[in-house]
Amino acid sequence: MSVREIRDLLAAEAFFHDLDADYLDLIAGCGTNTHFAAGTMIFREGEPADTFYVLRSGKVALEIHVPERGALVIETLGPGELLGWSWLFPPYKWHFDARAIDGASAVALDGACLRGKCDDDPRLGYLLMQRFARVSQERLQATRLQLLDVYGNAR
Amino acid sequence: MLADPVAVGPMVPRRYRVRGSTPETADTVTIELEPLDDALSDPAPGQFHMLWAFGVGEVPVSVSGDRVSDGVLRHTIRSVGAVTAALCDSAPGDVIGLRGPFGSTWGIEEAAGRDVVVLAGGIGLAPLRTAVARVLGERERYGRVVVLVGGRSPADLVFTRDLDRWRARFDAHVQLTVDHADPGWRGDVGVVTRLIPRATFDAANTVALVCGPEVMMRFAAEALVDAGVAPARIRVAMERNMKCAIGHCGHCQLGPLFICKDGSVLAYERLAPLLGVREL
Repeated sequence: MSVREIRDLLAAEAFFHDLDADYLDLIAGCGTNTHFAAGTMIFREGEPADTFYVLRSGKVALEIHVPERGALVIETLGPGELLGWSWLFPPYKWHFDARAIDGASAVALDGACLRGKCDDDPRLGYLLMQRFARVSQERLQATRLQLLDVYGNAR
Repeated sequence: MLADPVAVGPMVPRRYRVRGSTPETADTVTIELEPLDDALSDPAPGQFHMLWAFGVGEVPVSVSGDRVSDGVLRHTIRSVGAVTAALCDSAPGDVIGLRGPFGSTWGIEEAAGRDVVVLAGGIGLAPLRTAVARVLGERERYGRVVVLVGGRSPADLVFTRDLDRWRARFDAHVQLTVDHADPGWRGDVGVVTRLIPRATFDAANTVALVCGPEVMMRFAAEALVDAGVAPARIRVAMERNMKCAIGHCGHCQLGPLFICKDGSVLAYERLAPLLGVREL
């Protein structure tokens, strides 16, 4: 798939909405189109985090292995959502496992490539960090609500 | 035979016999009821009855099935205290008391021509079930129909047969999510509000019906507003300590509102300023 096609795929996703066309071209230069068959482990906790994924279709489960309980699903992600931001910060290691529940298609973006472009153009870095911060704030809010166990018995 | 309840007022319960009892989850049961005295008037979607477990006490319970949706009156009850435990334990043939129907309705007639988003958390699906049945029963009157349901775990989801049936339709978008699950679960995991941006609806022309734990409803209503739904068209079913159910005793007062009489279904536009007041 060409850079132009990758750019068109990214442009259709809400995360990149309103981003300058030049920046989309730059970002698309770090991207490849990828597909995971159902059941595929996309990454595992502790492995190097060198990629992030913009999911286009399918469903991915974030899991954590708990001794004596096995794998627990923390969250599922679907089309239009971002998978993985451990590539942003040292030590660049995944904190959870990610598994494709259904066959999942995604644009995979090379983390080192993207970090390099952000270092070269701090405005691009700022625009992307704003968007990542918003996504992480939304996920944090959702996690807090999840922790409240609102459906639990109030007794 | 009891005295004419109309003559003695809305505080006198009428006797209903439990016709059937179906467990929904480990602590939640749906009971089917038939009248022994004159039947109460048919409840509209969103209304509730006061249910008496004789000798134990009385609680408000929303209507989860009616003559239109099921051909029979149904209430779904979660065992959280002495009265609800007694109601959950009631067996076919047992007699309980009913007063009502009370309170406001979902007002689904006003949603005609618009998209309808139903957002339920936990047993909050119970009062929405008859509304969904009405909307799907007259499907051509509405735009897109979106049903978003959240639960604690897969085992805690209620009305799973209905959810399967609704999902099998090609004219409704039904999505489930749970807070916690093992890998065997193939549905979504995460809070129910995360389903809102994933659903397709015309926010500017949408009526949203929301029911669940109050904290969840606050977050859900805000997420719907963020998505572009007008607060006046977000309807939220509130729960308070209802005793008389006719706005006399004041137990369910929320600021200027009596939830039993002015609600329990209220526009978020009216509720939003009150939900943030801790003293209420």
